[in-house]
Amino acid sequence: MLRFALGRLLQAIPVLLVVITMTFLLVHSAPGGPFSADKAVPAEVLEALEAQYNLDQPLWQQYISYLGDVVRGDMGPSFKYPGRSVNELILSGLGTTAELGLYAMMVAVFIGVIAGVTASMRPNTMQDYVPMTAAMIGICMPSFLLGPLLVLVFGIHLEWLPVSGWNQIPGDKILPAITLGTGYAAYIARLSRGGMLEVLSQDYIRTARAKGLSEFLIIGKHALRGGLIPVVAFLGPAFAGLLGGSFVVETIYQIPGLGRFYVQAAFNRDYTMILGTTVFFATLIIVFNLLSDMLAVWLNPKLRQQVRGV
Amino acid sequence: MALLEVNGLKVHFHTRDGLVKAVDDVSFSVDCGETLAIVGESGSGKSVTCYSLLDLLPKPPAKIEGGTAVFDGIDLLTCDAAQMRRFRSNDIAMIFQDPMTSLNPFITVGEQLIEPLIYNPDKSRRQTRPDARMRAIELLDEVGIIDPEKRFDCYPHEFSGGMRQRVMIAMALINEPRLLICDEPTTALDVTIQAQILALIKTLQQKRNVAVIFISHDLGVVAGIADKVVVMCEGTVRETNDADGIFYRTQDDYTKKLLAAIPEGPKVMQSRAQADSTMIQVSNLKTYFRDHSKASIGAAKNYIKAVDGVSLQIQRGEILGLVGESGSGKSTLGRSILQLAPITEGSVSFDGTELNTLTPKQLVPWRRKMQMIFQDPYASLNPRMTVYETLAEPLLYHGLAHSKNIDQQVQLLMDDVGLARASLRKYPHEFSGGQRQRIAIGRAIATKPELIIADEPVSALDVTIQAQVLDLILNLVERHNLTMLFISHDLSVVRYISDRVVVMNKGVIIECGDTEALWANPQQQYTQQLLKAIPLADPKSERLRMADS
Repeated sequence: MLRFALGRLLQAIPVLLVVITMTFLLVHSAPGGPFSADKAVPAEVLEALEAQYNLDQPLWQQYISYLGDVVRGDMGPSFKYPGRSVNELILSGLGTTAELGLYAMMVAVFIGVIAGVTASMRPNTMQDYVPMTAAMIGICMPSFLLGPLLVLVFGIHLEWLPVSGWNQIPGDKILPAITLGTGYAAYIARLSRGGMLEVLSQDYIRTARAKGLSEFLIIGKHALRGGLIPVVAFLGPAFAGLLGGSFVVETIYQIPGLGRFYVQAAFNRDYTMILGTTVFFATLIIVFNLLSDMLAVWLNPKLRQQVRGV
Repeated sequence: MALLEVNGLKVHFHTRDGLVKAVDDVSFSVDCGETLAIVGESGSGKSVTCYSLLDLLPKPPAKIEGGTAVFDGIDLLTCDAAQMRRFRSNDIAMIFQDPMTSLNPFITVGEQLIEPLIYNPDKSRRQTRPDARMRAIELLDEVGIIDPEKRFDCYPHEFSGGMRQRVMIAMALINEPRLLICDEPTTALDVTIQAQILALIKTLQQKRNVAVIFISHDLGVVAGIADKVVVMCEGTVRETNDADGIFYRTQDDYTKKLLAAIPEGPKVMQSRAQADSTMIQVSNLKTYFRDHSKASIGAAKNYIKAVDGVSLQIQRGEILGLVGESGSGKSTLGRSILQLAPITEGSVSFDGTELNTLTPKQLVPWRRKMQMIFQDPYASLNPRMTVYETLAEPLLYHGLAHSKNIDQQVQLLMDDVGLARASLRKYPHEFSGGQRQRIAIGRAIATKPELIIADEPVSALDVTIQAQVLDLILNLVERHNLTMLFISHDLSVVRYISDRVVVMNKGVIIECGDTEALWANPQQQYTQQLLKAIPLADPKSERLRMADS
């Protein structure tokens, strides 16, 4: 298993290199720069600023020195937040975003799996149509619509839940987690329904039924493991997506997370910040994909033994 | 009153294409210590009959429309779900056809074995895990699993097909049922394993005095074990009689047809082999695959030696039978000859040209001369291509036809393989298994090949269809001057069709010779065992043979 993981991490190096190179070229070819503002800055000030951040050097030199910094784990200083490094800024928002992502994931898996499994037990009946229609709506509904809707209903009309902030009033984490998790819940519901339907038609489910097991054991013990493999494979990319895609939710609910840095950095032409957050999310995606692949392997005894041997 | 009495059972399927009367007014009975065989071809309703007894049919589309099935005084068809669970757990057990898919791959064999004990709906019969484990290990030992204590914690994929079927049998017997339903339990197994499993079921039955319902499409298999036989066709019972009555004195045309279709006896056609003209020369051929399952860090690379030093010739015009059990390397050998599997060592020459030295581009004209027919006609035809497209593709690719005469050529092919020209625009799923195999054969002969490698071409077919396809193959070989390597695990089929036979085991050739000479006087012990394991479609001699072994 260790060698499998190491091999996959080695494969990640060229991927990251491509991501860095592409992003680097893109941000530098975009019009404007970090210090262009509405009010023109005097030429000598601009020169001094560019010299301070090595922006006066040829592009390839900047590229090489940036690569060197990244290898050492240093994403450089932020252009827009003077005196603070990109590392510091990412770390300051990561905790909050990770917590939000985790809750959203729990919402997504809990609701998604229950809805999917329920639907798969009686395909093409109301028990299937109702959760699956709900899932379709969940997939179609963007979080910038669902968020305000939830705020209106549960925050303003019913006054059950707080509508903004993070970790200030009890219950202020509920609506953001639901808003962020719903789309993924819907997706997981469809995946688990498909996986379960596939498994429930297998011969070994008939065997389990023929030996007199209860329906609860047939579903819970015999079908769930195989049926949820597609979900497990989806969890890794989904979690990385949750972290990267939390910007809208963080904005709606005024959460001091990572998402705002990502978007602000692009508007501000904060070169190092854009690169830093992009590399960071790319790494997250690779790591979480690897984790979910490892989990999928571990769940399948045949693969588990093969990988253990390698 | 018998243990199980089925009366007027009717099961209908309500599908989009209309009503299918899968089982229509079927009656039979079976008593303790008795074996009832239900025999019929696919679609005869034999499996549906038995699944409906244990409520294992998907509803909808299935619906039980009438009849009773009284087991020990209670009607299985109308009892409630809790009662049905008790029957399934304690009284009626079932063994399924395909041991490879009937066990849950995610759960250890031992855990699956003890489930009926530890989750028994009858609380008084429920056992603790350690007790259940003891019982399961005893049973594994009884069904012939070596080292049962260790194997208890293994997963199904660590067992061979025959071993998995033994596990299934142990699982079925663990609660000492009074009725055992076996749905084609040996169809997916090799002939020697089949003989062992049949003997095992017979012994276990006698020891425990259980009633057995044995479903099979093959009359030959049931000859030795059945007391009574029900012959089914298209959902109805054609004939019910004791075994001797069915095999020796039947009056029913359909039963007669079934009996006649069992391949038996030597080949009737003269050998067309040209003694002085070797077409294929295989010399010291080795095909190895990397074994990823046993590799470990630092260890030398492990190889599965699928074919390990095989030399043979195929004469022009001859039908060479290649016999072996699963895993013997017979299919890999066939694929290696066609250059479809990478050769590790050795050579294959076709009319003196070493095929293994050619580049893929140089191989193209040779590909036209050698074609393959695969085992599974359901999987080997592209479901998104019509028959016309399937047959026209090789003709156009090899430049054997142009757009003007292609229609005519494809129509001639359809005539050749005995299919109606009108069905050219149909897709594979609209055909039956036998018709699909005819299409596959048509595709193989489309390029006017000289050599055909047929890999188990009739193994997936019903016995009557099998007989028709075999006759078609013999007929085509004669008309088109074909040379054939006929790969099969079924010795009777090989005897019926081939001039010469090669017996393979574990990647090497055990024995080869003219078919009848080899049958009369096998030299090697392995060949003798194989021949001895063939079930005979004759109850008296089959009972003797089983008692013998």
